[in-house]
Amino acid sequence: MRSISSSIVIAAALALSACSNPSGMGWGSGGAGGIGGAASSDPTSAAYFQETVGDRVLFAVDESTLSDTARATLEAQARWLMSNPEYEAVIEGHADEQGTREYNLALGARRASAVQEFLVARGVSPARLKTVSYGKERPIEICSVEACYAKNRRAVTVVTAGLGS
Amino acid sequence: MIARILTLFLVLALGAGLAPAQAQDGPLRIVIDEGVIEPLPVAVPDFVAEDARAADYARNIARVVAADLAGTGLFREIPEEAHLTTVTSFASPVQFSDWKAINAQALITGAVGLDGSGRLTVKFRLFDVFAEAPLGDGLQFGGPATSWRRVAHKVADQVYSRITGESGYFDSRVVFVAERGPKNARQKRLAIMDYDGANVQFLTDASALVLAPRFSPTGDRVLFTSYESGFPRIYLMDVASTRRRALDEQSGTMTFAPRFAPDGQRVVFSLSQGGNTDIYMLDLRSGQRMRLTSAPSIETAPSFAPDGQQIVFESDRSGSQQLYVMPVTGGEPRRISFGQGRYGTPVWSPRGDLIAFTKQNKGRFHIGVMRTDGSEERLLTASFLDEGPTWAPNGRVIMFTRETSGAQGAPSLYTVDITGRNLRQVSLQGAASDPAWSPLLP
Repeated sequence: MRSISSSIVIAAALALSACSNPSGMGWGSGGAGGIGGAASSDPTSAAYFQETVGDRVLFAVDESTLSDTARATLEAQARWLMSNPEYEAVIEGHADEQGTREYNLALGARRASAVQEFLVARGVSPARLKTVSYGKERPIEICSVEACYAKNRRAVTVVTAGLGS
Repeated sequence: MIARILTLFLVLALGAGLAPAQAQDGPLRIVIDEGVIEPLPVAVPDFVAEDARAADYARNIARVVAADLAGTGLFREIPEEAHLTTVTSFASPVQFSDWKAINAQALITGAVGLDGSGRLTVKFRLFDVFAEAPLGDGLQFGGPATSWRRVAHKVADQVYSRITGESGYFDSRVVFVAERGPKNARQKRLAIMDYDGANVQFLTDASALVLAPRFSPTGDRVLFTSYESGFPRIYLMDVASTRRRALDEQSGTMTFAPRFAPDGQRVVFSLSQGGNTDIYMLDLRSGQRMRLTSAPSIETAPSFAPDGQQIVFESDRSGSQQLYVMPVTGGEPRRISFGQGRYGTPVWSPRGDLIAFTKQNKGRFHIGVMRTDGSEERLLTASFLDEGPTWAPNGRVIMFTRETSGAQGAPSLYTVDITGRNLRQVSLQGAASDPAWSPLLP
């Protein structure tokens, strides 16, 4: 039950941030999409993967090496992906704001690739995995101290069911 | 007095480390080091309207000329309230005594005509007041009334050029990224503006994240990175039509950090594949792609020397971000940055003599310049986050992004002289980042 309510909280927060963006002057209301509304109690749902399996791993400053904690999370991700073959995943690499734009894009690519390699080594078909780097463009935490930076230096495995090709 | 004006600006050039051997002129250098250079007092009375319909233009053009000059920090405008005379006729002799009395060393007079088809004609003259003589010939510019700001910038470029001996940079544009929304849901659009922040126009909508636009050498095309495919890819846009096309769409790769070669026909950029980022060159005519670096490290942010023979870029092959120069053919890179901290986003000056960069050291960011061999590093700015320098067409001024810290942090555009003086925020509504300065417009 606890995880269900936290899923609702996340969805509500995303809706709020979308609303706080008035769409005048051709700016539209783009931005990050939300997570599907599936209940995370269903172990084959994307929400379950996100919350219970754990969709993200964190990195040290300017590093793309996987920590022990990260490896444990990725082991669980690999198991889930192996038992839910209808899902594909895009692995997003991110950096904190302490760095230049281009370098952080390249650093995010390294992080996403480190995750991809780990999952492939655990048996996930590379055809199911894509990587993308957002560099420092998509922080989830917005303060400018290490507590936020630590959460922004991440690779997030975003799973989607039933994509073609 | 002309000589005195010219001397003053020669001194400024020397202080900037631009001049060669004569730079060893002792007393003048002391003046610079002590920072007591006074901006040159200039009077820019309203231009004379040759037609009642031209009155607003006559006033506004003079204001833009004065703002351009004062914005350099090299000139100080004597406010209109202090003027003893009103210029009512462009042809009448100048009453130099009235301008001397308020210590105007330079005087700009002008006249504006507007014909029935909406075409402006702007004439101007520049005077050395204490010499009681014109500085150069009177000149006339014409253009549609809607381009009145460009005409004003052209007048200011002429004045700047005659007094400093350097080419101007006012009649130019800047392409940049307009930003909006909170830090964790930022929307970004490509936009273009006059160098002074006027006439902002959007080139893309907010549907896809866009980064780091770069002008072609003729200013009519723009390279940029967009996530419209879901992955970062480089695009080429025609500025006038805003039509764009993807330049490299290989599945499983990401491309970013594009920049034109001086010939406008080739593009250098970064390509990431399997977590490794290297530098490639694409020939726009043939579509042929050539790999320039092959290292397991990050190689990115390439920028051509204006002679087209060398490329400066950043790499962490030594263990941290540093600057390297390699031949355009892709030979062995030579490291040029050796100071403390990390160096990124190198950009070769249009004069060819300097490389501007972003430096990160002890938790602070700086915009700096160094010679192309890495010597004479000078840091021009310092803040929580300064990055992404771009050169004014005359290589004297650098524009860059400064982002403030914290949850409400947002980027703005700033300019700074290569002497480190005259730091100014570009006047813009809303947040902005990633500026790229155009060449001087034709």
